[in-house]
Amino acid sequence: MGNLLIIFKRELLSYFATPLAYIFIVIFLVVNGFLTFDFGGFYARGQADLLPFFAFHPFLYLFMVPAIAMTMWADERKTGTIELLLTLPINLRDAILGKYLAAWALIGIALCLTFPIWITANYLGDPDNGVIFAAYVGSWFMAGAYLAIGACLSACTKNPVIAFILTVTICVIFVLLGYPFLLGMLTGWVPQIIIDAISSMGFLTHFDSISKGVFDVRDFLFFGVFIAAWLFASAVVIELKKAS
Amino acid sequence: MIEINNLTKNFDQFTAIDDLSFTVKEGEVLGFLGPNGAGKSTTMKLITGFLSPSHGSVSIDGFDIRSSPIEAKSLMGYLPEGAPSYGDMTTLEFLKFVAQIRGYRGEEILMRVKRVLDEVELNSVSQQTIETLSKGFKRRVGLAQAIMHDPKVLILDEPTDGLDPNQKHHVRELIKNLARDKIVIISTHILEEVTAVCSRAIIIAQGRIVADGTPAELEARSKYHQAVSVRLSENYDLAADLTGLADVGDVEKDNEDDMVFRILANGGNSIFSQVSEIAQAKNWPVTEFHVSRGQLEDVFRTVTQQKQGAQ
Repeated sequence: MGNLLIIFKRELLSYFATPLAYIFIVIFLVVNGFLTFDFGGFYARGQADLLPFFAFHPFLYLFMVPAIAMTMWADERKTGTIELLLTLPINLRDAILGKYLAAWALIGIALCLTFPIWITANYLGDPDNGVIFAAYVGSWFMAGAYLAIGACLSACTKNPVIAFILTVTICVIFVLLGYPFLLGMLTGWVPQIIIDAISSMGFLTHFDSISKGVFDVRDFLFFGVFIAAWLFASAVVIELKKAS
Repeated sequence: MIEINNLTKNFDQFTAIDDLSFTVKEGEVLGFLGPNGAGKSTTMKLITGFLSPSHGSVSIDGFDIRSSPIEAKSLMGYLPEGAPSYGDMTTLEFLKFVAQIRGYRGEEILMRVKRVLDEVELNSVSQQTIETLSKGFKRRVGLAQAIMHDPKVLILDEPTDGLDPNQKHHVRELIKNLARDKIVIISTHILEEVTAVCSRAIIIAQGRIVADGTPAELEARSKYHQAVSVRLSENYDLAADLTGLADVGDVEKDNEDDMVFRILANGGNSIFSQVSEIAQAKNWPVTEFHVSRGQLEDVFRTVTQQKQGAQ
């Protein structure tokens, strides 16, 4: 068992040692159910798919994911455990990945526990389960992107609330970048290539196509590279700020 | 062996550690002293690789902390200032986690954990979450994780801070027992601790070494070293009887007690026999008569304030 796995296990267990994990999962499930069945008109649409379920995820994650991410490094710095952790014989990489993957796994667990919605769709009709599976993975990747932003900003401060607010703000920007309304405002006076570049950085651009069943490896690749970049930034921030 | 060469650490414009060089050998217990803000904790953070130096190097048994951090860190056990640990874990879970990171697997994990639980007497709280523990227990949890892998080098930042006298005594005994074939560096501002456990003391002020030696050597630098302390039953002019003795210096009155006088020795030479002969010959009204040792506190104040005065 490598150090990454040991840290991963410790972090994941510590989520479940406090009510945090349970509260997160319960609220995630309740809000998801409410949005899908009431707001999304899951029944009224008369279609056997999970589109209304996934459509709300970018907005749901906007508040749920930063809440998980905010303590990731801010607490370590506040309590001084970062000094303990980083003077143990481990790589910084293992510490960053272990902590990140544990939080990502928690979101994954919450996402898996939405399976009754999937069963409902299968009971009522005959949805394309391949599309649903891809959308689940896509949603998890998108949550991972939010989480990577949160991890990096959590490393910037000792105060989890500041980390939360900063993370929500940055995530809003990345959600809005792909929003047709915003892009429409730019059309006509900004070169198309720049509009395309901006829109390609947006979460919605990539997530929309994934959730609609358009399977394009590039969309997953986008989230993968996005996560890697923010985690690398976390490493730089931790190196610079751990003393203060 | 720990070799520290020209270690310097700047924070923005402020130089916390200024060109520090020293080596520590096996079997030495080094007490690291200095006023608050002198750079004790920063030095420890540099030695353990938590911070990177601006200049200079630290090597642990030949492993440079920057180029071979994993090897160097494996040789060290470290108790950071304030003994941080993961509050939401139980003592047992936390120590198991540290044992795993230290490379123990399978049954060995529990064996190691049990050994340190016994060693620092933590068995009674092994199932409690660390955040519910008292300060003394938290400190011991920190010590337990530091000695988990029986490290060659033990670095303890204020290990007895916040402990009651019994616990302090216990921790000091522990350090003494550990020290035989190891290197121990402890930072402290409790000077009695240095005399109690350290074989060597370094005093730093404003990031520089201002004194380095065995506790006895440092005590000898005190102006009270070899001084004779006398308590009189009535007023008597001691100084008049002592003029002409080359080794005898000033006579000082005690700050707290009007009848206690200290006869200082010039150059650290023993003056006890000379003074006692005069006392008998002149029939001093003496009720107490003894040689005082040099006081570390006095040396500490002198060397650290000289440093500030020089700035």
